[in-house]
Amino acid sequence: MELNPHEPVISLEHVWASYEADSVLEDVNFTLYRDDFVGLIGPNGGGKTTLIKVILGLVKPRKGRVSVMGQPPEVGRQVIGYVPQFQIYDKDFPICVWDVVSMGRLKPGLSRLRMDDQDKLKVEEALRQMDILDLRKRTINELSGGQRQRMYIARALAVEPQVLILDEPTASVDPQATTHIYQLLRELNTHVAILLISHDVMAISSYVKTIGCVNRRLFYHGAKEITSEILGSVYGCPVDLIAHGVPHRVLAEHDQTQEKQQ
Amino acid sequence: MIQFLSTLWSYAFMRNALLAGVLVSIACGIIGTLVVLNRIVFISGGIAHAAYGGVGIAYYFGADPVLGAVGFSLLSSLAMGLVHRKEGQRADTIIGVMWAIGMAIGIIFLSLSPGYKADLMSYLFGSILAVSTLDLWLMMGIALLSLLFIALFYRQLLALSFDQTFATVRNVPVGPLYLAMITLIGLTVVIAMRVVGLIMVIALLTIPPAIANLYLKDMRAIMALSAGLSMLFCTAGLMISYALNLPSGAVIILVGGLVYVLAALLRPLLIRRQMPAEEISIIG
Repeated sequence: MELNPHEPVISLEHVWASYEADSVLEDVNFTLYRDDFVGLIGPNGGGKTTLIKVILGLVKPRKGRVSVMGQPPEVGRQVIGYVPQFQIYDKDFPICVWDVVSMGRLKPGLSRLRMDDQDKLKVEEALRQMDILDLRKRTINELSGGQRQRMYIARALAVEPQVLILDEPTASVDPQATTHIYQLLRELNTHVAILLISHDVMAISSYVKTIGCVNRRLFYHGAKEITSEILGSVYGCPVDLIAHGVPHRVLAEHDQTQEKQQ
Repeated sequence: MIQFLSTLWSYAFMRNALLAGVLVSIACGIIGTLVVLNRIVFISGGIAHAAYGGVGIAYYFGADPVLGAVGFSLLSSLAMGLVHRKEGQRADTIIGVMWAIGMAIGIIFLSLSPGYKADLMSYLFGSILAVSTLDLWLMMGIALLSLLFIALFYRQLLALSFDQTFATVRNVPVGPLYLAMITLIGLTVVIAMRVVGLIMVIALLTIPPAIANLYLKDMRAIMALSAGLSMLFCTAGLMISYALNLPSGAVIILVGGLVYVLAALLRPLLIRRQMPAEEISIIG
C-alpha cells in the first residue's frame, strides 16, 4: 500500500464528552498521523480511557466531530487494533491463546462465520510477531502477565490495523517484560500508528515519539517535551513524576525545579 | 438389572421420560455453558421463576400451562436481558423484582382458579414422567435450535462471552446476538422446568458446565461434555427415582450435585496443575 506517512488517521475536533452531568472531556482537539507514536498521560479519572472510547465509537461525544480514516468511528474503527486494559478479563475463562487472537479476524455482521486459510495465516503471523506462537495452545491462565499482554497485542495485530490503541499496556507487567513490550511496539511503529495511554510517564517517555497530557482537556503539541506549566495544570503537583527515580531525558530540564519544590 | 431395564423400557411414559432427558440435556449443555461463562446464572433463575406467572394465567384461562410458561419466559428473558445490558452490575435488583412479580402473579391466578391443582406442583418440582407429546416436540425444537445457534455463531458467541467490547469494536452485532442468546435461555428454562421444576432449573443449567469447566478449557468441549453429563444425570436419576419411588427431579439434581462434589474433590489428583509460566521466554 502506498500511503502518505503524514496522512491523518484519527482526528478529533472540539470534542466534549460527559457521563451524565459530569463533564469528562472538554474541547479536545487531536490528530493522529500515520507515522505517529503518541503517549497520553494523565491522572486516573482524567478522561484518558474516555478519550479512547470516543475514538472507538463506544462513547458518543456530546459535541464535536470524531473521524477515523475520514469516516465516523463506528465505521472507521474497523482499522483499529484495540488493546484494552487486561486486568478487566476473567483470568480463568476457558480459552486458549489461539482462540483469543482469532477474535482479531472477526468480521462485521454475521457474514463469514468461519475463519478461512487467509485468516489462519494472519493469526499465525501475529502470534509470531509477538513471539508467542509456541504458546498458542496454552489457556490464558497459564500465561505470565507479559505473555498475556503480548497475546492481546497479537489479537490487535490480527486485525491488520492501521492504528494500534493501547490502554495501560504494561500495568501489572514486570519491568523486564515491560521493556520487551515497548521494544516490540517501537518495531511495529514502522508500519502502524500507535496511540497509548498510561499513568506512568517514566515507563513510556523513552519509547514514544510525542507525549500529551489529558485531564479533561488535552495538552498536546506534537512534541515530546512537556512543560512544567502543562504538568502543573494536569496533575496540580508534579512530585509524582520524579518519585520513580529512573534516569530519563524527556523531563530532565524540569527536574531540578521540581526537586527544589520537593 | 437387565430385567429392570427392559421393564422400564416397556412403559411408554418411561420411554418418553428418557427421550425428554436426552433432548433437554442437549439444550442445557449448550445454553447452560453460555449462562455460566456469561455469568448470568441469576437471570436464568429469574426467568424460571417469572415463568410461573405464565403457568398461573394459562391455567386460569384453561390453556396449556406450558404455552403460558413459554410466553412469560420469553417476555421476562427479553426484559431482563435488556435491563442487564443497559444497567450492567446494577441490574440484579430489578431482575430480583421481576422474579418475584412473576411468582406472585402465578400464585394469585392459581388461587383464583377453581378445582384440583395438584399437577401444578409439577411446574415447581418437575415431572419428567408426565411429559406430553407437545412437551417432547417443544424439547426437540429447542434442542435443534440450540445446536443450530452454536454451530452458526460459535466464534461470535465466544467473543461475546469473553470480551464484549472487543467484539463491538469489530462490529459484531453484539446486541442482537445477546438478545438471541437470552431468548434461547428463556426457552431452555421452560423445557428444563418440565424435567426438574422451576426451583431446580438453575442446577440443571449450571452443574454440568461447572463440572466440565473443572477439567476442560475449551468452550466447545465444555458444551459437549455438559450435554453428556446432563444426559447421564437425567437417565441415572430417573432410574434411581423409579427404583426407590422418589421424586425424579430432585433425584436428578442430587445425582448431579454429588458428581460435582466428587469431581471437585478428585480434580487435584487427576490434574497436576500447570504452573503459570512466569519466566519470560524470549527477550529481544
